[in-house]
Amino acid sequence: MTTFLGMPATAPRGVGHLRGDQPFPRAAHDALGNSQLRRNLRHATTTIRGKSGRVIAELPDWQRLRDAGSAIKADVMSRLPDLLVQLESRVTEAGGVVHWAADANEANRIVTDLVRQTGSERVIKVKSMATQEIGLNEALEDGGITPVETDLAELIVQLGDDKPSHILVPAIHRNRSEIREIFLRAMPGVDPFLSDDPPALAAAARRYLRETFLSTSVAVSGANFAIAETGTLGVVESEGNGRMCLTLPDTLITVMGIEKVLPTWRDLEVFLQLLPRASTGERMNPYTTMWTGVTPGDGPQNFHLVLLDNGRSAVLADTVGRQALHCIRCSACLNVCPVYERTGGHAYGSVYPGPIGAVLSPQLTGIEDNASLPYASSLCGACFDACPVKIDIPSMLVHLRNKAPHSPAERAAMAAAAYTMSRPRLYASAQRAVKMARIAGRRGRGLPPPLSGWTAGRDLPEFPKQTFRDWWAQR
Amino acid sequence: MTSSSRELILDRIRAALRDAPIVGEVPREYRPAGTDSADLDVLIDRLVDYKAEVYRVSAGEVAATAARLAGEGGAVLVPPGLPMEWRPEGALTDDGLAPDRIASAGAVLTAAAVAVAETGTIVLDASPDQGRRIITLLPDVHVCVLRPDQVVASVPDAIARLDPRRPLTWISGPSATSDIELNRVEGVHGPRHLHVLILDS
Repeated sequence: MTTFLGMPATAPRGVGHLRGDQPFPRAAHDALGNSQLRRNLRHATTTIRGKSGRVIAELPDWQRLRDAGSAIKADVMSRLPDLLVQLESRVTEAGGVVHWAADANEANRIVTDLVRQTGSERVIKVKSMATQEIGLNEALEDGGITPVETDLAELIVQLGDDKPSHILVPAIHRNRSEIREIFLRAMPGVDPFLSDDPPALAAAARRYLRETFLSTSVAVSGANFAIAETGTLGVVESEGNGRMCLTLPDTLITVMGIEKVLPTWRDLEVFLQLLPRASTGERMNPYTTMWTGVTPGDGPQNFHLVLLDNGRSAVLADTVGRQALHCIRCSACLNVCPVYERTGGHAYGSVYPGPIGAVLSPQLTGIEDNASLPYASSLCGACFDACPVKIDIPSMLVHLRNKAPHSPAERAAMAAAAYTMSRPRLYASAQRAVKMARIAGRRGRGLPPPLSGWTAGRDLPEFPKQTFRDWWAQR
Repeated sequence: MTSSSRELILDRIRAALRDAPIVGEVPREYRPAGTDSADLDVLIDRLVDYKAEVYRVSAGEVAATAARLAGEGGAVLVPPGLPMEWRPEGALTDDGLAPDRIASAGAVLTAAAVAVAETGTIVLDASPDQGRRIITLLPDVHVCVLRPDQVVASVPDAIARLDPRRPLTWISGPSATSDIELNRVEGVHGPRHLHVLILDS
C-alpha cells in the first residue's frame, strides 16, 4: 500500500500488537470454552465495578467533570499541531530532547538507538500501552537489549510468556494460584514455599525487582498526559515501580501517543479526578509522578520524549471516528462490557481490547485488518455510560460496521431484503415462504451456506406461527 | 530523519483536520478551586481508609515520633532543609547520599507541599524541606509532616497551589497494587508504611 507523503497513514503491518492471528468470532469461540478464564474475569470485573461506582458516587459533580473532560479532548484534537509544537518547545527549554516517530518501526529504532548510546544492555520499563502497541520489547531484544517489565501485572505476563488482556490489569485473566505457579516456575531466586496470598505475591515481586531498579541506568515509560503550556509529563501508577523508573536511572525515555497532550496545567484538575475513579476505583491512585524536562540533581539527567503517530493521524481524519483518540486508557469500558467479561482481552487480538479497542484498533490499522472488531459488541451502550470522557463508542461501532468490507453473499442478501421490504406484495409472499421454512424444521440449526456465516455468531430467531399481517387480516 | 518525521506528522495531522472542526468553550461547571474549605477530618478519614497512619502532634513532638517510627536502631533520613526543630537526634542528612545508604535508613522524615482532603493525597514538590525524590522512595517507612494550612479541599485547589516546573510526587497511602484479582494490596515497591503527622494549628 502506498500513501502520499503528508497524508494521514495507518499503522504499518508486521510490527507491534494491533492485529490478531484470527478474527474475533473465532478467537472468542475458543476463549468462551475456558471456564477458569470466565470465572477470573467475572470476579475481577464485578469487584472493580463495585469499587468504581462507590467512589464516583462520592463526587457531586461527576457528570460535569465528564462534560469538561470530553470538551477538553475535543479541543485538543482540533488544534493538535499547535499544541504538539508548543509541547516540544517547553520540553526542550526544560532540558529534554523531543523525537518524532511516524510509526512503530521508527519509534522502535529511535528508542533502541538511544539505549545503545548509553551503553546499557538492560532497560527497566513502566507499564505503557504505547510501547506494547509498537512491540518495543521485541525490538529491544532484537537489538540485544533486555527489557524488564516492572509493573506487577506486566511482570506476571512477561514471566508467564503470556499476552496482556486488559489495559489496566494486563494479567486480569490470571487468579492468585495461577500467579503463584508462574512465579515459582519463572522468577529467579523465588521462595519455593511462596503462598498464593496476594501480599506474599507482591512481596516476592518487590524482592525480585529491587536490585534491578538500583542497577539499571535507563528506563522507558509511557505517559498519561503531557501539558503543552508547561512541558510537564505525568505517569499515574500504584506500586511505586513507576517512581523507581522515573527517579533512579540516569536516562529516561518516554514514548507517548500524540493524542495525550493537554493544553494547560489547569486541565489536570479534571483528569486527575476522572482517571483514578474510573480506572482502579480509587479516590486517587497511590502514586503520580510529574516532571518537566530535567531537574539538576534530582532524577534522570537525560530525558527523551518520543511523540508517536502510528495510525493516530488516520484516526483523526475520520470525523466520526476521531473521538476514539479522546481515550485516557482507564479501561472502565472493558469492565462494564458484557462481551469483554465473557471473552476476555486476548480474543480482540490487539493490545487495545474491549469496547474502546473495537473502535480504536480497526482505525489505527485500517478497517481491512480488524474488520471483525466493530461487531464484537451487542451495542448495549454500557461503555458510553461508563466512559469518563463520554466517548460515544456505540455510534462509532455502527459507523465502522458500515465501513467494514462485507462478503458478496451478505451484500446480496441485504440487497434482496431491501428490495423485498420495499415491495408489499413481494414481502407478504416472502413471509409465507418463511412459514414454509419453519415447517421444514430447520430451527436452531442456523442458515444453510452461504448464509451460515451470519448465523454462526447469532441465534436464528424462532419464526412466529402467524405473521402480524395474517393476524390483522383475521380480526 | 527525526526532523523530517516531525514535518511529516504535522502535515498528516493538518490534513486530517481539513474539515476544521469547530469546538465550543470548555464547560467548567464542576467545583473549581476555592469552592469548599478544607476539612481535616475528611483528610484523616481518607488517609486511614488507604492504610496511612495519622498522628496529631505538636512541632516539639515530631522528632521523637519519627525516631520511634524508624524502629530500634533505624536511622532517620532527613532532607537538608528540614526545620531543625523536627530533626531527631542523630538524623542522617541527605547531602547526595548513595542509593544504598538511602535504602538502609529506618525511615525518612519530610515536610510536604500540599495535601488534598477529598482524596487523602499528599503532594511533595522537592523543596528543601522535602528533598530529592529518591529519599522518599527507597526507605520502607515515610514519615510526612503536614501543617494544617497546607491542607486543601479538592484536586482543583491543589493544582492551583502547585508549581508544575518542580518535580511533583502525589502520594495517596502506601505503595499498593490492584493487579491480583483487582483487590488493593498494600506494599509493593515504594515505602510500605506511610505515617502522616498533622501539626496542631
